[in-house]
Amino acid sequence: MNLYDIVFYFFAFVTLASAGVVVFSRNIIYSAFALLFTFFGVAGIYVLLNADFIAVSQILIYVGGILVLMLFGVMLTNKVIDVEMKTGTLQTLPASVLVALIAGALCGIFYVTDWKIVRGVSAPATTTNSLGEMFMTTYSLPFEVASIVLLVALLGAAMIARKDRLPQIKNQK
Amino acid sequence: MLETYIPIGIMIFFGVTFGVVMSKASEWFGPKNPTETKLSTYESGMEPVRSAHERVSVKYYMVAMLFIIFDIEVVFLYPWAVNFRQLGTFGLVEMVIFIAILMLGYLYLWKKGALRWD
Amino acid sequence: MSGIPLNYFVFLSAILFTIGVVGVLTRRNAIIVFMCIELMLNSVNLSLVAFSAFHGNTRGQILVFFVMAVAAAEAAVGLAIIIALFRNKQTVNIDEINIMKW
Repeated sequence: MNLYDIVFYFFAFVTLASAGVVVFSRNIIYSAFALLFTFFGVAGIYVLLNADFIAVSQILIYVGGILVLMLFGVMLTNKVIDVEMKTGTLQTLPASVLVALIAGALCGIFYVTDWKIVRGVSAPATTTNSLGEMFMTTYSLPFEVASIVLLVALLGAAMIARKDRLPQIKNQK
Repeated sequence: MLETYIPIGIMIFFGVTFGVVMSKASEWFGPKNPTETKLSTYESGMEPVRSAHERVSVKYYMVAMLFIIFDIEVVFLYPWAVNFRQLGTFGLVEMVIFIAILMLGYLYLWKKGALRWD
Repeated sequence: MSGIPLNYFVFLSAILFTIGVVGVLTRRNAIIVFMCIELMLNSVNLSLVAFSAFHGNTRGQILVFFVMAVAAAEAAVGLAIIIALFRNKQTVNIDEINIMKW
């Protein structure tokens, strides 16, 4: 057990335990806050894998953005006072069979596959430079398409979430 | 490699410790003699009328949604800014297109009145 | 990274994905289903970063960025749909949202 092992097991435990809380908690607020620890655990594992910039963006985007959005979603949709949501497992038997199948298939495939590992090569110490270069050269088209995806999401979400879809017509009346 | 993260670890440790110790210490050591007036929500203000567990307005969701979209934009900006000199004009043009596409949506929403608060 | 084999990261990602699948299949609250989808996206990102680190290049990490951008877009639109549904039907229980069911 060296330091890396301890850090890995710690973050893996945090991630999996809080993911379990997300799924099995009865209170939706507890789920949302457990999701915070899952994201932090995954960010820790990114750090362990030398992906420093990804770890920071994980915290910035997932914790700072998506989780806040989820909490707004919770606050916008709970009935007055009762945060508790009746959960009741639905279709337990088919679900467990399907989950067992998926887990078995994933683990089996991962176990038999002979992953190609480049021995002795470690990821560069800082990834930000090479990431920026790749964004601008090899992956410039996906980069621009990502902005269009974000544009569509921006407009779509704004139009769906608004109470009155056609404010201008309403103003003219 | 992991040693470079020691300052961050120390900062997280002190941040958590400071928060927990300060709030718990004031809870344990502070004198407590509550009266009914002190326990009310606003001690010298008006009486609370309704429950605080109320649905928030969808306007707040709009702000959070705008934040997340531009959050992503900032994250994409960062690796470009780190090697700005090396990428030169081509990188600049590309980034201007990226930002212009998102700004188009922002201006559209603004003009449509989606950002009006009242 | 030094010392821990690739399999450990991949299995961690598989378990995280499975937990997400459990949530999607068993929970009824639409927002929790949403959180579980985020869990699954995170597990995929985790395996991408692990492969990228063990191959010694950063290509996998580029893909992670696009996954994050799509996840954010998905969260924005999905929660807007949930809010619109809640406004019309006063519920986020996915059993009761069945107007498009045949």
